[in-house]
Formats: sequence, C-alpha cells, structure tokens
Amino acid sequence: MFWVNTKRIIRTGLLSFWRNAFVSLASVLVLTVTLFVIGSLVFNNALLQSSLDELKSKVDVNVYFVTSASESDVLALKKNLEAFPEVAEVSYVSREQALEDFRKRHENDERTLQALEELADNPLGAVLNVKTKEPSQYENLSNFLKDNPPLGADGKAIVDKVNYYQNKVSIDRLSGIIRDSERSNIAKTLILVLISIVVTFNTIRLAIFTSREEISVMRLVGASNRYIRGPFIIAGIMDGIVAAVISIILFYPLTYWFGPLFYPFPIFLADNIGSLALFDYYVSNFGQIFFIVMISGICLGAISSYLAVRRYLNV
Amino acid sequence: MIYFDKVSKIYSDKSVALDTVTFTIEPKEFVSVVGHSGAGKTTLLKMILAEEKPSAGSVLFESKNVHKLRRSEMAKYRRRIGMVFQDFRLLPNKTAYENIAFAMEAAGRTDEEIEGDVPHVLELVDLANKIWSFPHELSGGEKQRVAIARAIVNQPDIIIADEPTGNLDPINTFEIVQILKKVNDLGTTVILTTHNKGVVESVGKRVITLDRGKVIRDDKHGKYVL
Repeated sequence: MFWVNTKRIIRTGLLSFWRNAFVSLASVLVLTVTLFVIGSLVFNNALLQSSLDELKSKVDVNVYFVTSASESDVLALKKNLEAFPEVAEVSYVSREQALEDFRKRHENDERTLQALEELADNPLGAVLNVKTKEPSQYENLSNFLKDNPPLGADGKAIVDKVNYYQNKVSIDRLSGIIRDSERSNIAKTLILVLISIVVTFNTIRLAIFTSREEISVMRLVGASNRYIRGPFIIAGIMDGIVAAVISIILFYPLTYWFGPLFYPFPIFLADNIGSLALFDYYVSNFGQIFFIVMISGICLGAISSYLAVRRYLNV
Repeated sequence: MIYFDKVSKIYSDKSVALDTVTFTIEPKEFVSVVGHSGAGKTTLLKMILAEEKPSAGSVLFESKNVHKLRRSEMAKYRRRIGMVFQDFRLLPNKTAYENIAFAMEAAGRTDEEIEGDVPHVLELVDLANKIWSFPHELSGGEKQRVAIARAIVNQPDIIIADEPTGNLDPINTFEIVQILKKVNDLGTTVILTTHNKGVVESVGKRVITLDRGKVIRDDKHGKYVL
C-alpha cells in the first residue's frame, strides 16, 4: 500500500504541476530568482576567495644576508625554514642573481651603474624570499629570526636584516581587510538568502492559497493529511527542479559575458587570471554548483509547500 | 445508527443554531431535513460529519461519540459517509474519472478496483460519456451527478446531501432525487436537506422539520409543512 500511495502521490503531484501551469509558472519564476541569488553567492565567494589568495601570495618576507655569508650557510637556513609547518615557500636569490636583478632594475640609470662598476666586489648579499601560509604568521617568523639570529659555520651572524618591520603596517592592514571582508561576506550571504527564502515561501503559500477549497474537499472525501499534502510537496519539488535547471542554464551565458564585471579587486587579477575566470570557474565546478542550486531548489519548494498546506489541514 | 442526544449549538455571537435536538436515524432510512434558511439544517449535517463540535449534548454513530474520535479514526469515519453539496465541490483540476478515483485512492483501494468501479458508478448516474470531462466542461446537473457518483463509490453507510438540488433546474432536480432514491433502495442511508417542497413530496419518506434550531415536526411519511 505504501508504494501504491507513493506512486499515486507522485503522479497526482506531477499532474497538478502541469495542469496548474500558470500558478506553477509564478512559483518557478520566484524560485528561479532565489536560486539565482544563492548561485551568485557561490560565485561571489569563489571570486573573493581567489582575489584574497592572490593578495596573500603577493606578500612575502625578505631575509637579507651579509655579503660574507657563505652559500652553504644560506642554503642550510633555507632548508631549516622550509621545515616549519607555517612556511609555504622559500625561494633563494644568490648574490650574483641579486646583482643581475639590480642591474636590470637600474638599466636606465647610468650613474648608479657607474657607481656599481667602481666597486671591487659585489656589494649585494643573498636573499631568501619567504612566504607563509597565512599573512598573520609573518610576525612570528620575523620574531623567530630576530630572537635566534642564524649563525654561519664560523659563528658570525649571517643575517643582515629582515624587512618585515618595514612592511608590517601594510601587511597588518591587509590581514585586517581579508578578515573583515570574509566576515561581512558571510553576513551578506545569510541576509540575502534569508530574504529570498521568505519571498519564495510567501509566493508558494499564495499559490496554495488558491487550492484551499480543494484541500477542504479532499478532507471531506476522507483523504488522510499525508495523502493530501503529498502531491503539493511533489509539485513544490517540481517547481524547485525546474527553477534550478533554468538558473543553471542562465548562469552559462551570464558568467561568460558579464563575469569580468564582478571582480572585487580587478587590479590584482589582471596578470594571473584571464578575463574568463568566472566562466572557467563555473565550468570546472559545474557539478558542485549544480548540486548546491538543485538541492536548494528542491528543499525550498518542498518545505514551503509543506508549511503552506499545513495551514489548511488544521481545520 | 445515528443518534442525536440533546444536541445544542450556540455560536460565539450567542446565536442559537441548534436547540436540544434529539432524534434517531435507523439504517437504510431516507430522511429529509427541511426548514428555512438559518433553521439549522447545515449545522446539523456538520455535527454528523464532526466538522463542528456541539455546545452541549452528543452525536453518536453506532454508539460511538463522533466528536471524540482520534485523528486516524476520523479519516476512517468520514470515509463511511458520502457527501453531496449544493455547490458540488468537485476538484477543478481533475476529470470526472479522477474526481471519483481520488475518493477511492483516499480510501486505499487498489488500482484494479478503481479501474473497474469508476466507469461502473458513472454509468449508474448516467454519465458514462463524460468520463474524461473536467468539471468546467459539465453542466450543473452533470456536476452533481459526478458528485453523487463520488459519494457512493466507496459504498458508504450514509449519504449526506446538503441541498443537492439548490442550484439545479426542475428536470435535473427530479433526476438527482431519482438517483438518490435508487441509492437508498440499494441499501444506503440517505440524509437530505432541502427547502424545495417538490423534492420532499416526490421522495415521500420521513421528514424532520427544523425551525430556529428546534425540531418542530418528525413525520414518518411526511409532507413539507412550513
């Protein structure tokens, strides 16, 4: 009997979704808007995340060595630093490389280059560029280097300076921006989702309001509450599925054409990420986005219908 | 079968709809309840269906108080009663066939039973040719015949018809009364409310007359006296 009832409920629900096409259309449209908002938030989060990652990767701490530090001592320190769990990446710039870079940077500055030629030895020390996994860990890292000055094989200090303190203000500010924007993004997400859920709920409730006579007739004919409610929930689920499919289809051209307009920090994206980033994100995460939008649609449709019908069942 | 024991119903604004009404309805009876509008006919039917609770007294169905049934028992109880309304109350988005099938599905009947019984019962009310029509494609008399078919398809113990001919012309009225008589002859108790003199007289069976909430007459082979 359970299966027969389930089958009948599903069939009745699909039929009434189809026959009440106009009412269904209204629910589907509002649900589409809601799912579109939810989907946009997924994109928004992804965009912000990638921008923040990009920002974070621009920050590093440079450890400058004295010119007398031997290459093996520097490489030993590099190995040491790489062993820390907080450290993401350490890159080594040798003295020769540093000189080369300096020359390149000042290739239009004859005077500086001439001054350089006057010197007998290479005045530049080697450099380690250190990146940590979180911006907040730079302070620990530089404190560590300050408190435990690394020594060379001959017992002399090999580190000339660590430029963290020069960059401290901007690094701190950046960490703050990242934290704040993540927090405000969560708040915005919740508020928007809440508003759209309330709107959806009311629309479906109005749609079912038109069926209240029907519900009372069904009760008088002796149908159980579950049997009355079932088809409405199925119709609500259908609203959700159709709306999800529509918004997923809509995202395809929209991310392609309008994606570049929505970068929160476009300046940081220009070099690393192409102008089709949003579209690429959509295509490569299609499964996940499809799942989120579809499940949201089905749950919204089903729960709204359930609550709306419940009102007319308590006679 | 149905026993009204000193039932009163007073609505919140102190208007008295039923005033210590007592009567018994036996199985297989055909009872017409007559009275002016506002005499309490509809309230009386709602009492039987347990749609409204009495302010005093009790309504018994087979010696069970219908207002003390549990939720699950209530759905079962209502399936033993077939309802026919003045305004038909068909499900607008379902065909004649589906309207009747719905009542059977609600009662938990199998698909085979539904496929067998629905055409049969539509034939009984002479609507075999309108089986796939939606309510808006049917005339008033045809709608009421679908409603009767829906009411009788689960072979209820009682048919309650609340002014079933109120919206119909004399010819359709006559046909509906004939169908109800046929249903009664097949062994179903029928309770009919009406204020149509012609209907009462063409039925020619027991008549309970209500006036301002009171039973003022109860005649075995009654006439319309008001």
